[in-house]
Amino acid sequence: MRPILMKGHERPLTFLKYNRDGDLLFSCAKDHTPTVWFADNGERLGTYRGHNGAVWSCDVSRDSTRLITGSADQTAKLWNVQTGTQLFTFNFDSPARSVDFAIGDKLAVITTDPFMELTSAIHVKRITRDATEQTGESVLVIKGPQGRINRAIWGPLNSTIISAGEDAVIRIWDSETGKLLREADKESGHKKPITSLAKSADGSHFLTGSLDKSAKLWDVRTLTLIKTYVTERPVNAVALSPLLDHVVLGGGQDASAVTTTDHRAGKFEAKFYDKILQEEIGGVKGHFGPINALAFNPDGKSFSSGGEDGYVRLHHFDPDYFNIKI
Amino acid sequence: MATQQTKIRWGELEEDDNEDLDFLLPPRQVIGPDENGIKKVIEYKFNDEGNKVKITTTTRVRKLANARLSKRAVERRSWPKFGDAVREDVGSRLTMVSTEEILLERPRAPGSKVEETKVAGDSLAQLGKGGAVLMVCRTCGKKGDHWTSRCPYKDLAPPAEGFIDKPAASDTATAAAGSGKSTYVPPGMRAGAERSGTDMRRRNDENSVRVTNLSEDTREPDLLELFRPFGAVSRVYVAVDQKTGMSRGFGFVNFVNKEDAQRAINKLNGYGYDNLILRVEWATPRTN
Repeated sequence: MRPILMKGHERPLTFLKYNRDGDLLFSCAKDHTPTVWFADNGERLGTYRGHNGAVWSCDVSRDSTRLITGSADQTAKLWNVQTGTQLFTFNFDSPARSVDFAIGDKLAVITTDPFMELTSAIHVKRITRDATEQTGESVLVIKGPQGRINRAIWGPLNSTIISAGEDAVIRIWDSETGKLLREADKESGHKKPITSLAKSADGSHFLTGSLDKSAKLWDVRTLTLIKTYVTERPVNAVALSPLLDHVVLGGGQDASAVTTTDHRAGKFEAKFYDKILQEEIGGVKGHFGPINALAFNPDGKSFSSGGEDGYVRLHHFDPDYFNIKI
Repeated sequence: MATQQTKIRWGELEEDDNEDLDFLLPPRQVIGPDENGIKKVIEYKFNDEGNKVKITTTTRVRKLANARLSKRAVERRSWPKFGDAVREDVGSRLTMVSTEEILLERPRAPGSKVEETKVAGDSLAQLGKGGAVLMVCRTCGKKGDHWTSRCPYKDLAPPAEGFIDKPAASDTATAAAGSGKSTYVPPGMRAGAERSGTDMRRRNDENSVRVTNLSEDTREPDLLELFRPFGAVSRVYVAVDQKTGMSRGFGFVNFVNKEDAQRAINKLNGYGYDNLILRVEWATPRTN
């Protein structure tokens, strides 16, 4: 395959997200402007100007009309997808890290980093249909875990919130009361900070990637460990194929150590694993730095990766890919 | 009378440079896309000197995916650009198609599992002492992972002197090496040269089997399936036409062991496969 290279960002990529129809790709980077691209040919549709710091993550509503972004400028913003205008700004006292719309787009979960004296927190906000009625009030604030929460997403039926972060523990919270329901046990869990978390297409299980050079597949309700995928480099990004039983891990050595080695030794490839057999299928090379973000098109026929090198690479799979056998 | 007016008077044309002469040109012609997706566009125009030039653009149309777009996605397609994308000039080239063909690189030959090589009475098997591992990286010492030339830690390791420093296997080798380590010793003169040199060639050529008269839709996994029963296969290759993506009807299979290759040739030469009769032979004509 010949990947499409998109060089719209001047700084390392942080997050990638497809909309539900799979025709738009949203990219966030450490520069201040999230960007939207056409997911078929990689043409830039527009940028969302207004943040004043690195943008860590984003999420798009199911009808692709609204975008939410979380940024290091201590705000999370709601945007009109079509025009790029700001609809609302949620202000926090510390950088916003992860954002995720609930099923139905009536709620959003936003996590904030530990900052100065503040500990990290998970905020649940109500999203109104009409942007003019939007308020910044939190429905629920969960505090407790030590260290940064790198990712928080909604569980099935919006009844739970799953969080993972620097303390390497995956937690499931009740989204109504904020009570801690489950915690991944120390033995089977990750040993180092968890960098990424992705839900399967049907939402029955999720994948976490960690700096301990592994990715683990968990049941979303019972939080039991299903599979472990071991690699040679810290994992920064994970994605699950919605079409085949494949998982993709992206990573590479630490960004601070990148310049010390040749790019071949850095292992900056997206590694494909068989979800069930836990065996490596292959690798897709191309980035000149660690991969920070991965996303699968909802049709499972293409995927994109974002790297520390500032490039988004959009790969449409060759027909051979769909009949790979191990 | 109107037609009379549009008729060109050549004398006038010569003088009048600014006039748009495009109507003089043959119309734009589009040929294809044919079954291989090759599309030709033939255009005519005047260059700066006023000469007529024919421009033929050949492009390959590829269907990337079955685009079954929702109504809303189609609508989004025509959304006006916004933000920084509005001022985007054509030359900015934010989006490019990679010139490099990137493949999903398989950790092993497709279809094969990690397997130990057969210990036969073959000199190759004896080479890997202990019999189990053939590949030993001289740079990092890892067994069975990669060849020395492919070592991912090549740049990290200190320059390897190991195989020069080693006590020479024979006196002739040292004599040829001359004044010691500081001088360049050609690979053929190094200790253990007679072994590595010949074995290297054996591995690359002699155990390579050429398969011709393959059917068009034979792929590498099919070939592997066909040849694997004869022994460990190190490489399978099917020649593919760059333009059409179809098989060109021949391929190569490399065996780890010579005997396996010979058996495969004996058995499969003249074998009917996909209603064609295969021709299987050594890839390089044998000297003996």
